[in-house]
Amino acid sequence: MPAIVEISGLSKVYQSGHQALSTIDLEIEEGEILALLGPNGAGKTTLISIICGIVSASTGSVKVSGKDIVEDYRFTRELIGLVPQELTLSAFDTVWNTVNFSRGLFGKKPDAAYLEQLLKDLSLWDKKNSELRELSGGMKRRVLIAKALSHEPRILFLDEPTAGVDVELRQDMWKMVQQLNDNGVTIILTTHYIEEAEEIADRVGIISAGKLLLVDEKKILMQKLGKKQLFIELKQTVDQIPEALGVYNLELSEDGSRLTYTYDPDLERTGITALLQSLTEVGISLRDLKTSQSSLEEIFVRLVNKK
Amino acid sequence: MINVQAIKVIYKFEMLRAWHTLMQTIASPVISTSLYFVVFGAAIGSRIEEIDGVSYGVFIVPGLVMLSLLTQSIANASFGIYFPKFTGTIYEIMSAPISFFEIVVGYVGAAASKSFILGIIILITANLFVDLEIAHPFVMMLFLVLTCISFSLFGFIIGLWATNFEKLQLIPMLIVTPLVFLGGSFYSVSMLPPVWQTVTLFNPVLYLISGFRWSFFEVADVSVGVSLAMVSLFLVACLVLVWWMFKTGYRLRQ
Repeated sequence: MPAIVEISGLSKVYQSGHQALSTIDLEIEEGEILALLGPNGAGKTTLISIICGIVSASTGSVKVSGKDIVEDYRFTRELIGLVPQELTLSAFDTVWNTVNFSRGLFGKKPDAAYLEQLLKDLSLWDKKNSELRELSGGMKRRVLIAKALSHEPRILFLDEPTAGVDVELRQDMWKMVQQLNDNGVTIILTTHYIEEAEEIADRVGIISAGKLLLVDEKKILMQKLGKKQLFIELKQTVDQIPEALGVYNLELSEDGSRLTYTYDPDLERTGITALLQSLTEVGISLRDLKTSQSSLEEIFVRLVNKK
Repeated sequence: MINVQAIKVIYKFEMLRAWHTLMQTIASPVISTSLYFVVFGAAIGSRIEEIDGVSYGVFIVPGLVMLSLLTQSIANASFGIYFPKFTGTIYEIMSAPISFFEIVVGYVGAAASKSFILGIIILITANLFVDLEIAHPFVMMLFLVLTCISFSLFGFIIGLWATNFEKLQLIPMLIVTPLVFLGGSFYSVSMLPPVWQTVTLFNPVLYLISGFRWSFFEVADVSVGVSLAMVSLFLVACLVLVWWMFKTGYRLRQ
């Protein structure tokens, strides 16, 4: 896949002296879903804002579809749609007017049929004549998505789209994101909900304190950093790990009732069969077995704390 | 290539905003103008003698139009760009494939159109109170249009500069209103003591009102050529300032 967004050496120092980003290099592939994870103030919104043209970069450059976002801003911005984090809408406008406004702003001729379908897809059609201030928070979020999609962008940025959103809208939204993605739209989203990144993203990037700590395919990331653990509950407690089991990577819980075995699930021989056999040989009988795989969240916390 | 669609939607949005606040945009200037006529035209004006052969009630019409035009152009244009900054909806304008020039044409064009319509409405209102004759309609229109555009531009600059509501009101209240009142809206400069006549020459609004008044009665404090030159100069100054803001991304792009 060719890169649709190429970020190189990008950094941003605000007038206040706050370094929001420091030398970010990132290539976003056409047609992928990239999730950017990071704590508040990590620089996710600044990164998105620079690509969309709201904030100017201090150093470095961004190319969208091969063209520079400053020199060829008309070309690059037409390709991009942005759903901002805050529910910012002009209070007295109607839903229908505001999506038409957005479409026009991005230089597209009016297209009532397209916008009608868009509003229907977002369950907003029956609200088309409502004033924006009358809408609930969830509805406003839908309107912001409709505005971002009104000019048929090829790249969609979603900045914390699920913050303060109920389950139904969240599901609708992910369905829509998936649909757009199926039609070739590249999606970049930031989220706090790590399960969502885990569920929907192709690749995950982790940002902390203005630095991109890593970007990798979700599967590879989880393999690389995700350990698998086997918890062995014992019938009788033991004081220490028997010497015969010393070859295994085992840990004994404090009360002596549980052994934890950490292993790599992708190896051909995980060592589980042998371990179980050895356990029987030393005369330890088991009460229960349980396995767990570290989630993206655990990986994320571990990474952020390490740096 | 110019993003015509964007200019259209910004213009339409701003014109619609006036429709929502019709009372504020149209009715309030009309009412205040009528009040000026009642107070200055009928009550006090009947005791004031003619100025340069023009009865006082008629004499103040051009000044009253300018008073509303200036304050409304500034208020409209400054609010139009300040409010999206305040609510945050400006993000969409900033992320759109649109140049600063197109933003200015959309916002200032709408503000100037509204002021122009307002000017016409005030003239019609004034005609209900006094008999108006316009000696040079073409020059009158020229002044009207130039004033609407240049002061809407000025308002746009204030709206960009303002970081809070207080700043938004500061320049119109502390500078523009006094300048309009002291610029001969309600009197001829020749009625002032000589020292103040000289001081008044530093008031740019004087040239505006004087030239505008000349187009009605062929009566002026300064020659109409100088007036036109001054208004054009102000327009150019505003354009240069806006161009500089565009170059630097002033107050818009961090």
